[in-house]
Amino acid sequence: MEQYQQLRNEPMGDISVYVRRLSDNALINSKTNEEYLKWLAEGNTPLPPEDPTK
Amino acid sequence: MTNAVNLASAAGTGFAFRNRIINGDMRIDQRNNGASVGTSSGTSGYSLDRWFYENSQTSKFTMQRNAGGVTPPSYFDNYLGVTSSSAYTVLASDYFHIGQRIEGVNVSDLGWGAIGALSVTLSFWVRSSLTGTFGGAIRNRLGTRSYPFTFTITNANTWEFKTVTIPGDTTGTWDKDSVSGLQLTFGIGTGSTYLAAAGSWAAGNYISATGATSVVGTNGATFYLTGVQLEVGSVATPFERRPYGQELALCQRYFCKSSSLNVVPVNGAAYATAGMFFSSVAGAYLTTAAYTPFMKFPVTMRTEPATITIYNTNLPSPSTAGQWSIFSPSGGVWYNCSVSVQSVTQEGWAAALAGSWGSSGGLPLYGAWAASAEL
Repeated sequence: MEQYQQLRNEPMGDISVYVRRLSDNALINSKTNEEYLKWLAEGNTPLPPEDPTK
Repeated sequence: MTNAVNLASAAGTGFAFRNRIINGDMRIDQRNNGASVGTSSGTSGYSLDRWFYENSQTSKFTMQRNAGGVTPPSYFDNYLGVTSSSAYTVLASDYFHIGQRIEGVNVSDLGWGAIGALSVTLSFWVRSSLTGTFGGAIRNRLGTRSYPFTFTITNANTWEFKTVTIPGDTTGTWDKDSVSGLQLTFGIGTGSTYLAAAGSWAAGNYISATGATSVVGTNGATFYLTGVQLEVGSVATPFERRPYGQELALCQRYFCKSSSLNVVPVNGAAYATAGMFFSSVAGAYLTTAAYTPFMKFPVTMRTEPATITIYNTNLPSPSTAGQWSIFSPSGGVWYNCSVSVQSVTQEGWAAALAGSWGSSGGLPLYGAWAASAEL
């Protein structure tokens, strides 16, 4: 199962439109990428962004 | 100048961009540079620029520019080759096809979906190890309108020129903006769910025509295409030969990359691999965060990219797939850095880099990217 992770725009800290596809680190447009939208529609949710304090 | 060309002009298309198909002569292959593409990862993908495949079962065929190394038809140098990987019996719900989606802005003048819709003519060179009736279709984006068509291959392993004239569709929804306005498919194995009678418009999602030969049904069977042209009118005019740079720019609206045209980036390649990686200077505003300069796309892309793929060099060792290499003068070593999109437009993008490299300021950077805004 493919997995995605949200990203933050730093240093502002807001969530980026692009998420990371963890299988290959590709950057995926969460608004337009059909594969990602299908994955979301199947009830999946992306991982939260990494904690910048860690 | 032939009467046929005059007719095309009279139809309102003029002489420029007669052919609505991009890369119809199969010259441009930014993603693979002639390497074979398996159809094993998912249900769709791209091989040569603008030419997609869709498959309901994986690994039934491969696609490759100039597969099999046969001589193209006269006045062409390349073709798109499909090779069957097995002898697969298609199920009712199966589909295997190749094709091209044409952006709505490039076919809006056809006037489809209303009275007065213009006819189009499809022409192409085809060669197969099989003979008989083959099929394809033109569909709208929603898959609610389809026009299946057939063509006959008479002689095995021989290039044959085919034409199909398709009346304009006066009903249905045909997108006219920057989404798929029309999609052309060639069926290479289609289940009955997606088959309909050739030669008329149907309300439904039909990929090919009843009675079409299944290429994937014969192990090692081949199906080669080139010189594909879709134009307004009822006459197939000579293939429109556009300058290479113009054709490449048309392709780059949908896919572009930082590597040289004929260099396919791969993760972990040597940083000095000719034509593969860019070098730049990242602005490290922290010892753990940096921005790159804005990296321009070669042309305005169709949309902001749906996918940006990241490639890493062999620096440091070991390097991390899908990350870039950043150099720290503190210690004089290379570090991996993760890459995200800091800003993006249809014109280019800037990356945000994260990691831990112990220095700030302008730091040397190596990497590569490919951006896709395909339909």
